[in-house]
Amino acid sequence: MTERYVVAIDQGTTSTRCIVFDRRGRLVSLAQQEHKQYYPRPGWVEHDAAEIWRNVERLAPEALRNAGITEEQVAAVGIANQRETTLLWDRDTGAPIGHAIVWQDTRTDDLVELLKEADGAPEVEHDSALPMATYFSGPRMKWLLDNHPELRQRAERGEILFGTMETWLIWKLTGGLHVTDVTNASRTMLLDVHSLDWSPSALAFFGIPRAMLPEVRPSIGVFGTAVAAFPGVRIGAALGDQQAALFGQTCFFPGEAKCTYGTGSFLLLNTGDELVRSTHGLLSTVAYQIAGGPVAYALEGSIAITGSLVQWFRDQLELIATAPEIETLARTVADNGGCYIVPAFSGLYAPYWRSEARGVIVGLTSYITKGHLARAVLEATAWQTREVVDAMNADSGLDLTTLRVDGGMTADNLLMQFIADVLDVPVVRPLAAETVSLGAAYAAGLAVGYWPDLEGLRQNWHRAAQWLPTMDPEIRTAEYHNWRRAVERTFDWTRPS
Amino acid sequence: MPGTVQSIERAAAILRLLAGGSGHLALGDIARSLDLAKGTTHGILRTLQHVGFVEQDRVSGHYQLGPALPHLGSGYLDVNELRSRSINWADPLAARSGEAVRIGALRDGQALIVHHVFRPDDTFQTLDVGTMLPLHATAIGKVLLAYRAAGPEPAEELDRFTRRTIRTRRALAAELQHVRDNGWSLEAEEMTPGNASVAAPIRGYGGLVVGAIGINGLVERICDSHYRPHQHLVAYVRDAARAISRELGAARR
Repeated sequence: MTERYVVAIDQGTTSTRCIVFDRRGRLVSLAQQEHKQYYPRPGWVEHDAAEIWRNVERLAPEALRNAGITEEQVAAVGIANQRETTLLWDRDTGAPIGHAIVWQDTRTDDLVELLKEADGAPEVEHDSALPMATYFSGPRMKWLLDNHPELRQRAERGEILFGTMETWLIWKLTGGLHVTDVTNASRTMLLDVHSLDWSPSALAFFGIPRAMLPEVRPSIGVFGTAVAAFPGVRIGAALGDQQAALFGQTCFFPGEAKCTYGTGSFLLLNTGDELVRSTHGLLSTVAYQIAGGPVAYALEGSIAITGSLVQWFRDQLELIATAPEIETLARTVADNGGCYIVPAFSGLYAPYWRSEARGVIVGLTSYITKGHLARAVLEATAWQTREVVDAMNADSGLDLTTLRVDGGMTADNLLMQFIADVLDVPVVRPLAAETVSLGAAYAAGLAVGYWPDLEGLRQNWHRAAQWLPTMDPEIRTAEYHNWRRAVERTFDWTRPS
Repeated sequence: MPGTVQSIERAAAILRLLAGGSGHLALGDIARSLDLAKGTTHGILRTLQHVGFVEQDRVSGHYQLGPALPHLGSGYLDVNELRSRSINWADPLAARSGEAVRIGALRDGQALIVHHVFRPDDTFQTLDVGTMLPLHATAIGKVLLAYRAAGPEPAEELDRFTRRTIRTRRALAAELQHVRDNGWSLEAEEMTPGNASVAAPIRGYGGLVVGAIGINGLVERICDSHYRPHQHLVAYVRDAARAISRELGAARR
């Protein structure tokens, strides 16, 4: 019998990757292509969706060729994608209308301030379980329709379609199927997170015609069969990238959490079939839904600046030549010397959500060396994780017992040890580094019976490294107290003009 | 006498030029001063930049001596950088071999463990990162020793850990020649009874050995009954070592 495989398409913010996995969840081959970032105005970030699709068409055969396999050997393809990026396209021609507006884009800042005060805003926030913010797709769709009045009528007639990136890719892969999955839909502010369908009141609030929206489907279940890129292969799953990482880390049970450490960091906690509404500044989101099954929810804590603080240390302060050298420099000293860096470069995200805050370095004395600053940089990522975990424990009533980690910063042993120390729980890195793609592959393979059940997937998960807490509890308490005092000093820095 | 290599002479001239004067020079100034074509000069500068001897100012585009030059004596690759660049290849090696993976670098006459991936069986294991291992009694150590250009000679009487530990300089020299001939090393019950390890060199630019990657585990899983390592395991280790070397800019070999 010929061996069969599962392919993941990881459509990320900077690049698109096609990765082939085998039955044991091992990476067999990878093909990757970056796409152009457009910054037409300050705060605006755009992608060319046509370019991204061309990349997928080129990467698909390349990944199969690298693995030495054919389409017939692919059991299913799964999609993980950058979330909240908003695209419109023409139903007849299939051509994108303008560029996609990327999740980092802040053009809706002023609009969102108005929407916050508008009638019906609390209901929309309640139904979607999200706070009114520029981060989500709904306000972007309203901005597009408000700024291009000629589009609105066509949208009402269903001639113009909306999609996030998975919707666009499925449309292109299947030759015209207009669908989304619940995890991506849950990031629009348009989804009623209980009925799992578009909320009529939210559509009315934002002025979005129902006809332009895709059908909402479970994340895991056959969406259709590809006619392009992977002709003849079934599309088994689609999930937002952070949800895919949660699935790839096999966090299937309530209380299980993962944190992906990249430029920013995203901590997601599975809360099971219960939607937990945060009172501590976290987002409630859909974790995944297997077709015919209940939906699993998650709490999400987003930290804006983690890896990017190390990049700042490297590129702006020029105290290190490469990012990994931060650990070498930090190890030249035994502790932070009383110095703390709070990287509120563009305000603070979870759990504070203070947009007027700005970064501080506090505790400077003539004793402080660049080694202490390097420590403070790494410690900032750990303390920000601690704050999100505290908020999650308070919201969910579940006490985190282990943190599963992935992402580039997990190569930093000093940081991983410090996270275990300040959280007082073991920090575990799995053998599979590519958790986003693996999650999409797992989900797709599960949908077509390539893997029998969730338990089968858990057997593929192996511990590659573990860091156990060793910090004296008194020091932990004192240091956390200092960190929080440092955070308070960032508040109210910028003043409304 | 063999002929001299012109491009190395030119590179040396560029370094002298940059070391003198204002400390930073434009491409055109360097080319003019040495009476070389701009293209030739640029090629040499790019190579010197690649090995860290020269750096280019991001704003002015001028060239100056690189940060690596004053530290030529102390290994050119930061160990945390080595881990970061190796991590995506060490994980698959553990997955394929089913054994624990370690990466070591030479430090103070011992092998410093800079990265460790657990054996993928989910048993309780602790991270060995930061541990120092003896060079003559481990596979990683033997690789580091075999490709070391110079340094203090090992002591006449080597520390003995088991009855299979190599004990004399003479036997060690023969073993190291064997490692260089094969391109990989084996250690079977020479450090700990019941354990064995296999390792291969990680090379940077120009073939410089910057570390070693290896697997270690129970001797009956690594070797056959004659203490010969299973060839598929040796191949996995060498594949991983080559992949990391390519990542670090070593030429394909």
